[in-house]
Amino acid sequence: MFAHEFMRNALIAGSFVGLACGLVGYFVVLRAQVFAGDALSHVAFTGGLAAAVLGLNILAGVFAATILGGIVMGLLGDKARADDVTIGSLFAWTLGLGVLFLTIFTTQDSAGNGTAGVRVLFGSIFGLSRADVRTSVVLAVLAGAILLAIARPLLFASLDSAVAVARGVPVRALGLGFLGLLGLVAAQATQAVGALLLLGLLAAPAGAAHRLTASPYRGLLLSAVFSVGSIWIGLTLSYVFPTLPPSSMVIAAAVGIYALALAATTSRDARAAWFRPASDNVT
Amino acid sequence: MPEAAVFQGLSWNPLTDLHQLFAYPFMVNALEAGTIVAVMAGVTGWFMVLRRQTFAGHTLSVIAFPGAAAASLAGLPLAVGYFGFCGLGALALAGIAGTRRSLSAESAAIGSLQALALALGFLFVSLYHGVLNGLDSLLFGTFLGITTQQVIVLLAVALAAVSLVAIAARPLFFASVDADVARAGGVPVSALGFGFLLVLGLSVAETSQITGALLVFALLVTPAATAHQLTARPGLGIALSVALALAVTWLGLALAYFSIYPVGFYVTSLAFGLYVLVRLGRALGRQRRATARLALEAA
Repeated sequence: MFAHEFMRNALIAGSFVGLACGLVGYFVVLRAQVFAGDALSHVAFTGGLAAAVLGLNILAGVFAATILGGIVMGLLGDKARADDVTIGSLFAWTLGLGVLFLTIFTTQDSAGNGTAGVRVLFGSIFGLSRADVRTSVVLAVLAGAILLAIARPLLFASLDSAVAVARGVPVRALGLGFLGLLGLVAAQATQAVGALLLLGLLAAPAGAAHRLTASPYRGLLLSAVFSVGSIWIGLTLSYVFPTLPPSSMVIAAAVGIYALALAATTSRDARAAWFRPASDNVT
Repeated sequence: MPEAAVFQGLSWNPLTDLHQLFAYPFMVNALEAGTIVAVMAGVTGWFMVLRRQTFAGHTLSVIAFPGAAAASLAGLPLAVGYFGFCGLGALALAGIAGTRRSLSAESAAIGSLQALALALGFLFVSLYHGVLNGLDSLLFGTFLGITTQQVIVLLAVALAAVSLVAIAARPLFFASVDADVARAGGVPVSALGFGFLLVLGLSVAETSQITGALLVFALLVTPAATAHQLTARPGLGIALSVALALAVTWLGLALAYFSIYPVGFYVTSLAFGLYVLVRLGRALGRQRRATARLALEAA
């Protein structure tokens, strides 16, 4: 399996994408902003296609669109936490734009035949070049470093924004910066698992980590481990059974881990409730 | 379009243009289907926005995609896949909402469900070789390829969905605005929540066949969000939401007919443009009132 260069590239790039998604995803879930991540993944699709239509680098289009999209969503919402209706309206329109670019692209370039659209939507992790791998490693390390640097104030601002404001934490700037960072990670993950599936890497490993521990640093670690682990499981499965697409298998692994975490904590909670006196049983 | 030979393009006479719009059966079908879908999306979307279930609504519209892909893989009619998967999705979402501990746990669960749906959809599509050309139409729909029979099916489903919402409108509104008080007043809040998600799934499944899985959402959320910005009164709000959805759909279809760009682009752009205008107007109005108050206090 490691003898093939495409497989090595996929594993290295995938690990770093998974690491960044796991770390950022922990905060996405903590701040209940999974819907914003969902919207950004569609923004990535439109940005990639717009770049394809204009004849620019697709990756550059994806990055510009998602970072801009994250900041716009932050600006539209109160306290840089966009509300779901605003996000929904913005991204329904983004989809419409995406369809427009797709039409222009497929009619203008008959040789392309819409495969660029499918690639942006569902990723092409086995088609990564050396240069792609280098880009994704650099970006993942950058995103991870920024996130760890702002982790403490961001955690404070996410858990209790009113107290954080009173203590002089720049909550609004942090929220905006976080959405911009989320845009960066979304763009980076787009080339690995595709615009439509990156939501799974953001939500499922982090969701599992939140179920298993309440401690933030342990949670961040677990989330990153789950995310990288699901990339490895997914890629291996897809290598062993070539008919299975890699991005689907990665997401299936991530959701599987989440389901296991749910099952484990549900039975634990049930047992705890059994042993607890009845009077405590009110939540 | 093969009709290009007869198609005369936009003229200066609006009556001729209107006549041309109805000249082809495919266009009449598209307008009828669009009207039905707009009414239903306007009604259910208003409640969806009220209940802050936009994310759940989007997830349901995404679930329609693996439904269609699974149906074409199994050789079943597409409608079976759409309705089956959306029904299952509504069940799962109701389960998530029922056992919710916190906002963040709920959003993680919905996100995982949606990612799983997409992964399954892509898996089915790649197992079913050759549908890849149809992937775009599964995702983005074919507004202009609707048959008369489909219009009848749409009408039946829409009637069912809208009448269900109409029957439950009062308790549903109560439960959405204040769940705790409604529960204390004997309203079956969780049953209503589940029922609403089922109806939402039904309407999404139906709409996906027309606008495609990705764009259903545009008709559900944006007109309703605009209506909520304009009025807080339920009756007026629902009427406004339906009217906006209708206007946007008709205009979008007409524009798409006279140009080479897709319907989805026009419908979403018109809807979003209206929403932005309304929000800007409200912000300006608020600012003017604030300055007026300041001037009054100064005087």
